[in-house]
Amino acid sequence: MARYPKPPEGSWTEHFGLDTAPVSYADSVSPEYYERERQAIFRRAWLNVGRVEQLPRKGSYFTKELAVVNTSVVVVRGMDGEIRAFHNVCRHRGNKLVWNEAPEEETQGFCRQFTCKYHAWRYGLDGSLTFIQQEGEFFDVDKDQFGLVAVHCEIWAGFIFVNVAREPEQSLRDFLGPMITALECYPFDQMTSRFGYRTEVKANWKLFMDAFAEFYHAPVLHSKQSPDKYSAAAREAGYEAPHYQVDGPHRLVSTSGVRFWEMDPSSLKPMENLTRGGLFGPWDKPDLGELPAGVNPGKCNPWGLDSFQLFPNFVILIWGQGWYLTYHYWPTSYNTHIFEGNVYFTPATNVRERIAQEMSAVTFKEFALQDANTLEATQLMLESGYVERFPLNDQEVLLRHLHKVVADWVNEPAGVPA
Amino acid sequence: MLPEEFADLEPFAGKWSLATERERYSTRMATPIQEMRAFYDAVTPRAEAAMAYIERFPFDELPEDALHLLHLLYSMIEVSFPIEVWHQPRVPDSGATSFDSFTEPRP
Repeated sequence: MARYPKPPEGSWTEHFGLDTAPVSYADSVSPEYYERERQAIFRRAWLNVGRVEQLPRKGSYFTKELAVVNTSVVVVRGMDGEIRAFHNVCRHRGNKLVWNEAPEEETQGFCRQFTCKYHAWRYGLDGSLTFIQQEGEFFDVDKDQFGLVAVHCEIWAGFIFVNVAREPEQSLRDFLGPMITALECYPFDQMTSRFGYRTEVKANWKLFMDAFAEFYHAPVLHSKQSPDKYSAAAREAGYEAPHYQVDGPHRLVSTSGVRFWEMDPSSLKPMENLTRGGLFGPWDKPDLGELPAGVNPGKCNPWGLDSFQLFPNFVILIWGQGWYLTYHYWPTSYNTHIFEGNVYFTPATNVRERIAQEMSAVTFKEFALQDANTLEATQLMLESGYVERFPLNDQEVLLRHLHKVVADWVNEPAGVPA
Repeated sequence: MLPEEFADLEPFAGKWSLATERERYSTRMATPIQEMRAFYDAVTPRAEAAMAYIERFPFDELPEDALHLLHLLYSMIEVSFPIEVWHQPRVPDSGATSFDSFTEPRP
C-alpha cells in the first residue's frame, strides 16, 4: 500500500508518459555512444561551471577543464564587473593561456591581465589582445582580430553557465525552464561557506546521476550508517518519495523530512546527538525568511529535500534544514567521470553552528564514498554484456527520464527536442 | 598546543589537532582502530566543555590554542564514523574510492 498518493495514471512513470518496460544500459557502456553524447548534448547544452562567489572582485578568475567538450575555459570578472568566459588558448601558437605548474590542472586567482607563459602575448580581462612581443616582426597582425575566443556565458541565480555551441539554440533562461527558474530567489548568495570534494569515478556519468536520482537504495546501501534500531525500521518501511516532477529535460524528486531532534536518542549516533548535525544537516536551521514557490513545489510536509537534476550533468539539492549541495558529473570517457560535490551553508557565527556543519559535511562524504564504489561494481558488470534488460520500479522513474532525454538529444542532433 | 584547562587532551593534540580535512582524513586512514578509540573516548566527554571554552571568543578571531581545540573537535567528528559505525578506519566496500576535499571554510 502506497504511503503517498500516486498520480491518477497509477504511477509516476506513466504520469510522465514514460515506458514501464525493463531498460537497457547500452547507453552507458559504449565508447561510440559517448562520442555521440559529447556532440549532441555537451556541445549544445548549457553547462554549469561554478558560482559568482568564486569571482569575488574585478580580476578574479578560475579555469575549468571540460574534457567532455575537449577544451579548457577561463572564467573571469572584468574591470567592468561583468563575468565572461574564454577558451583558455593563446591566439599566437595555441599554448594554454592560464595554468600553474601542471597544465591539466584547474587553477584560480586574481590578475589585471593574462600573459602567455610562452611568448608573453597579453590579453585584457575582456579578452582583447593588448600586447604582442616584438610586434614589428609580425606581418600586419590586426590585434582586434586576435583576441581570446569567447565562450557563451550566462548567469542565473549566481550560477555561471557556459555553452560551447557556436550559437546556443536557447538562452540559458529558456533552457532552464519554469521549474528551475522558480528557484531564483532562494538565498544561494547567503550560503557562502563551502566544503568542496572531488574524485574520479570509474563509471559512466549517467550511472552516478541515476544513483542520486532514487532513494530506493538508501535504507539498504546506507543501513549501517544508522543505529540498528533506526535502520531496521527504515529497511522494513522501504522508500517512497512523496513528489516527483519533470520539466523538459530537467527533473525533481522531493523527500519527506525526519525530525531527528524529536527522535529517541538511541536511534541516533552519539556524534549526532553531540554535534546536533548529520545527514540532513544542522538540526538548528538558519532563518532564511520565506522561500520561493519553486522550493518544495509538491508542498511536502514534513519536507526533507528537493533534488533538482539539471540536464545534462548538474544537480542542486536543497535541504529543508536550510543548506544546499551541488553535484557535477564531468565525463572523461564512456566509463569514467570526475564527480564534484559541494556543500554550502550560511557562514557559521559560532562554534556550535560550525560543529553541526562539520558533522553534516563529513556525513555527506561518508555516504558519497559508499555510493561511488557501488557504481564501479555496476559499470564492471554492465560492460560484461551478458545481461541486457533491467527492470526499474516507480521510485526509479527519474532514471528512465534521464536516459530517455539523453536518447532524445542524441537521436535528434538538429535541434533541441520539444 | 591546547588551552591549560584541556591539559588532559594535550597528548592527543600533536596527532589530531589538524587544520585541514585532508590531514584529518589521511590520519584516520593511517591509524589503527584501537588508537582512534582511545582518542574518541578521551575527547567526546570533553566536547561540551571545549565548545563552551571556544564560545568565549569571537568565532572569527579565535586565539591559537582555542583554534587548536576546534581542530581537535573536527578530528573527533572524523573518527566518530570508524568508531561508531564502521569498526574500521575505511568505509566498508569503498575499495580504492576517494573523495578529496579541495576547499573548506576557515576556521
